[in-house]
Amino acid sequence: MNNATPETDSDARHAKPKMAAKGVNVFYGDNHAIKDINLDLYADEVTSLIGPSGCGKSTFLRCLNRMNDTIPICRVSGEILLEDENIYTSGIDVVQLRARVGMVFQKPNPFPKSIYDNVAYGPRIHGLAVHRSDLDEVVTTSLEKAGLWNEVKDRLDSSGTALSGGQQQRLCIARAIAVNPEVILMDEPCSALDPIATAKIEALIDELSGRYAIIIVTHSMQQAARISQKTAFFHLGEMVEYGNTTEIFTSPKEDRTRDYITGRIG
Amino acid sequence: MNDHIVSTYDDELKEVRTIVTQMGDLAANQLREAMLALRDLDIEKAKAVRLSDKKLDAMEVTAERTVIGVFARRAPVANDLREVVSALKMTTMIERMGDYAKNIAKRTFALSDGALVVMPQMLDKMATEAHQMIENVLEAYVQRSAEQAVAVWESDEALDGMYNLTYRTILARMMETPEHIGELTHYLMIAKNIERIGDQATNVAEQIHYAITGDNLEEVRAKNDETSVELFEQD
Repeated sequence: MNNATPETDSDARHAKPKMAAKGVNVFYGDNHAIKDINLDLYADEVTSLIGPSGCGKSTFLRCLNRMNDTIPICRVSGEILLEDENIYTSGIDVVQLRARVGMVFQKPNPFPKSIYDNVAYGPRIHGLAVHRSDLDEVVTTSLEKAGLWNEVKDRLDSSGTALSGGQQQRLCIARAIAVNPEVILMDEPCSALDPIATAKIEALIDELSGRYAIIIVTHSMQQAARISQKTAFFHLGEMVEYGNTTEIFTSPKEDRTRDYITGRIG
Repeated sequence: MNDHIVSTYDDELKEVRTIVTQMGDLAANQLREAMLALRDLDIEKAKAVRLSDKKLDAMEVTAERTVIGVFARRAPVANDLREVVSALKMTTMIERMGDYAKNIAKRTFALSDGALVVMPQMLDKMATEAHQMIENVLEAYVQRSAEQAVAVWESDEALDGMYNLTYRTILARMMETPEHIGELTHYLMIAKNIERIGDQATNVAEQIHYAITGDNLEEVRAKNDETSVELFEQD
């Protein structure tokens, strides 16, 4: 075990990060919520953001597709690069950005429309499918990728909101991947689900991890350990430690990380 | 380090530590009693050592159950994970120390049956050294001291050196008194048992070091036991 260069192997493996945060600070009015975050996110990896409530992990996640824009007192400084392009420069089409950087929320939030329309909505507004047959194809493959197809193929016209919680969450994931995103952000996607539905989402994340950069905020340390290759620990707005998940959960370098993941501080 | 938010978690880890320490104390005691039995060819004492080994075996089972319980309930991570994994391995190592002590007691029965052959003095010195290693490694465990663990790890070289000397001495005596080769072989095996106890204490030291620091002590260490690679040449 070489503590000095734990990331050497994977650094050599992927040359360039899909997204990169450089000196990111977030203020809510006078409150300095996120302090100087520098973090690279890779296309073929799942990155977990962990930390106690209020540590800034969700705030940081929401910066990655400019969800914080909707909060008037929120100010973001620094750079967030998506493929070398700063997503905070003026002239960026935020709707386009959110197609490239999709998001799945804590509480499943399907539109009050049919299952079909939930998935077809994104491709429609982004003009990704011209003919009905193209749209059918996108809906089918998206539901398949989200592991939901077999459960809903006979009732695509039923309302999305009539599905179980776990199915609704997979529908939201299908909706996100229908527009061919490069990055998927997940904000505690399993915290409203039972263990079986959680296991299905985790299996799905595993399936999708080769195709998209996935960044997930989770309160479950075991979930972070199970599904992610990289873990970042946030505390009081700072990123205390970032590294290979196995390292973080066997030999964290920082005392604060250790005390949090072992249940000594909350 | 802070305590866990859930205090019963701390109680469980304390329980694991207590069992490991008690096992270590018992193993050290077993070695001492086995050597006293050997020196005096005291059959009753040798019997007692063999009986006590069952207690050590039972403690290993208890320790294993306790550690598995911690895994099941707490899903330990980081230093807690290293601590319980190491404890599980250490109990196996300590149980082996007990087996070596028991083997010394077994050979005491055989020696008491045969011709009276004076015990090589080096065996006592070796046993004292091995006993000290067990005590030191337990002290390192109780004090959570990686430095003390390293010191024990390094001290194994001295015991290996003593074993080499003992090996040669016993071999020389075999040549001088071939009629006692049977008895002297038992003494040679006893020397090897003591040397192996030192090795187990060294392994325990490695576990303690890993549990505390997260780093493995060098996997390849200078082996000072030359006897396994040399042939005896008669003049």
